[in-house]
Amino acid sequence: MNKIDLVSRRGFLGNVFSAGALVLSAEVLPARAAASQNTATAWEPSVYLGIETDGAVIIVAHRSEMGQGSRTSVPMILADELDADWKRVRIEQAIGDPRYGRQDTDGSRSIRDFFTPMREAGATARLMLIRAAAERWGVPPSECESDLHTIVHQPTHRRLGYGELATAASKLAVPKKEELQFKPKSSWRYIGKGVPSYDLAALGNGKAVFGMDARVDGMVYASIEHPPVFGGKVKSYDDKEALQVAGVSRTVPIPPFTPPAGYQPLGGIAVIADNTWSAFQGRKKLRIEWDHGPNQTYNSSEYKKELQETVHKPGKVLRNEGNVDAGFANGGKIVEADYYVPLLAQAPMEPMVAVADYRDGKLAVWAPVQSPQWVQEYAAKQLGIAKEDVTCHVTLLGGGFGRKDKPDFVLEAAVLSKEIGKPVKVVWSQQDNIKFSYYNAPCALYMKAAVGEGGRPTAWLQRSVFPPIPSTFILNAVYGDAGHLGQGWTDVPFDIPNLRVENGPAKPHVRIGWMRSVAAIYQVFAIQSFADELAHLAGRDPLDFLLDLIGKPRILDLKKTEYPNFGAPYNIYPIDTGRLRRVTELVAENAEWGKRKLGKRSGMGIAAYQNTLSYVATVVEVNVDDQGKIHIPRVDTAVDAGTIVDPDRIRAQMEGSAVFATSIVRSGEITATNGVIDQSNYHDYRVAHISEAPYQTNVYLVDSDAPPTGVGEPGIGPCIAAFCNAIFAATGKRIRDLPIGEQRLI
Amino acid sequence: MIRLKVNGVAHQFDGDPAMPLLWYLRDLLQLTGTKISCGIGICGTCFVHVNGEPVHSCVTSMKRVDGKEILTIEGLSANGDHPVQRAWMQVRVPQCGYCHSGHIMRAVALLKNKPNPTDRDIDEAMEGNICRCGTYQRVRQAIKLVAGVKA
Repeated sequence: MNKIDLVSRRGFLGNVFSAGALVLSAEVLPARAAASQNTATAWEPSVYLGIETDGAVIIVAHRSEMGQGSRTSVPMILADELDADWKRVRIEQAIGDPRYGRQDTDGSRSIRDFFTPMREAGATARLMLIRAAAERWGVPPSECESDLHTIVHQPTHRRLGYGELATAASKLAVPKKEELQFKPKSSWRYIGKGVPSYDLAALGNGKAVFGMDARVDGMVYASIEHPPVFGGKVKSYDDKEALQVAGVSRTVPIPPFTPPAGYQPLGGIAVIADNTWSAFQGRKKLRIEWDHGPNQTYNSSEYKKELQETVHKPGKVLRNEGNVDAGFANGGKIVEADYYVPLLAQAPMEPMVAVADYRDGKLAVWAPVQSPQWVQEYAAKQLGIAKEDVTCHVTLLGGGFGRKDKPDFVLEAAVLSKEIGKPVKVVWSQQDNIKFSYYNAPCALYMKAAVGEGGRPTAWLQRSVFPPIPSTFILNAVYGDAGHLGQGWTDVPFDIPNLRVENGPAKPHVRIGWMRSVAAIYQVFAIQSFADELAHLAGRDPLDFLLDLIGKPRILDLKKTEYPNFGAPYNIYPIDTGRLRRVTELVAENAEWGKRKLGKRSGMGIAAYQNTLSYVATVVEVNVDDQGKIHIPRVDTAVDAGTIVDPDRIRAQMEGSAVFATSIVRSGEITATNGVIDQSNYHDYRVAHISEAPYQTNVYLVDSDAPPTGVGEPGIGPCIAAFCNAIFAATGKRIRDLPIGEQRLI
Repeated sequence: MIRLKVNGVAHQFDGDPAMPLLWYLRDLLQLTGTKISCGIGICGTCFVHVNGEPVHSCVTSMKRVDGKEILTIEGLSANGDHPVQRAWMQVRVPQCGYCHSGHIMRAVALLKNKPNPTDRDIDEAMEGNICRCGTYQRVRQAIKLVAGVKA
């Protein structure tokens, strides 16, 4: 098991530390995690931190690392408050366990949810070390302070290292929260400055362990032929030829799921072999007769028309201010526009992969998953065992983008390991990745405005229709859920007296799931494109018009709307249009909006939005050459993400978001014919290559003391809209249907 | 029997000669630094050097590397300190990092042929390397850093 040693194979934290180590207790758990635990006692090692007697500080990374940097930046917050020397910090990746609190790494929540718990953990340990040192010296703790991995007695300059104090500190009572003193911002060593990724060297020399690299002794490899149509079943199959492929040992049918699909395996036939290649080859030789089931009538082009028809019929009212119908009846110019965004796949570079080892009623898995606790829950359910008997080790993720939140592929490995009595590694191909995603919903959007003086809307109606994510988990769910409708739809921040927000019903024919920035992809695209359309119709500058629409700085009143606010309390994280204005002005100033001379068929577009509690405004500059090819010489993005933890990683997320958005606008489209997904790899589901990506993305960060928010997702929606608005500025062609694909721009 | 050298070490292979080099490296030699993504030779994630030239190991059969010298990310430098690797760290290029073995191997080959690449050279060379996290801007910056060009 040499390879797997690089991934934590340990049990819970108790086994990580040697005797005498200071291991922080359950007291520092965030409230909701503490509430869900019933076994932890005061010194049941639980979360986040231990200090060894040699001074090594071990911090548990309990969130999944998929490129966003939280495996480094979350522990770094703790290290800062502990006043630890980062060079002496070792990071241990957590297994799935509810005692760590929420591990589901989605919603751009790692920093936002764990900034305070990490600081509390660090401050608690620091205070205990101070008290241990004071006791040793026989002096009042108030005379002692921390100084980079040591405690100093100020009057005498005596020093004791953290390692020397660990055992004594571990015997002290854990201080109460009220006793904690946090370092002032001016003393932060790492927060606000950042440190390079803990895994940076390993990522550059090939030693980093991703799910694809996990290996356990005696494991076999499996490749699965899934039903080509969602909900299809195997009628009969012939594996004679498959079994003749060298290295193939057997085939195993996986039963179809019981609707709703949730995270259950899709079913199909697994080919088991002694290496990945043989399993792939054997799979090609399978002969399967399918019952394609009810979704074989699904054609995405017809489905698009259905969505577009539904979006023109009255929908469920989500937010209603003033009287929109009266506003429309009162005359003025009426403007309408339809927008559409197709199905999208996350398509991470690392396909789905998982190693599972079932023996003696217990399951261990090693997998690149965003939510190890869901693996416990759903694998247990699938196998009929207790979730406590599922150990989920989390590897690095070769990209996630929401797809690896759904553990269907881990459940496949679990089912197969139980069936054949050996550890099994299930390896999906990139084709499988694209054909069997939990897709971002296709969405039709209808916008209508009555335009008054200065082109300003006096009445505004917006209606969306898309098969909702709940449909994957609940039969017959057809309306959008409040959480996703709250991503730039119900929370439209414009100051318009008569405003109505609606959503219409749609049934799914594939598994719908979330993808980086989720509903903001289509909702922000529509709203921010429509705002730009109205600006141009009025002959006004899009920046001035946008600021006019946002209106005066105010807290958006959403009391009459069901608005979960990304799970955050609205009094602490309200939507503040002043902050939205500020990023808009900041980006415009830095992009030299309206001031730079641009060449032929060049233009700039702007968009701004709040998502995952962060405020982002983006200016995209586009040039369309004589061949009609689109170039993006420059993107400028301003971000207000509250307190900044690692500025370089915020920049990296915005750079990446600009590329992700570029892919969606240029070529992001999954289609289906007779229920079968048409695309199969990066050639027909194209993502941006280096020459298509923005040449340069400049990022401007608002220096803020507000509570920190998330940055993995909010950059995408504004960039999509700003890109399309820039194309209009450059060519006069309005992009209402994504992607641009083969549409001619000149 | 196929004979080849991988990172300077001689190996013999008597399995299916159609097996792609990638799976030989990963599953048989357990050199997992070379990654799999598209499997059809279009994303560049699996780049290794065969006799000094970058090739897609996912579509290069063992038969075609008989008698050849293979260099993978593990063999690029003893301590991860090849100038390209150093630049990658300095610029903090990787996000998830999964595709970066391929990026680095491709960039090494580019810089060997063109020590001072233009933007166009970089686009042409790196066009076949997909990064879904979208690190292209820093890939370019790191390559220019190695070349000594102000990025």
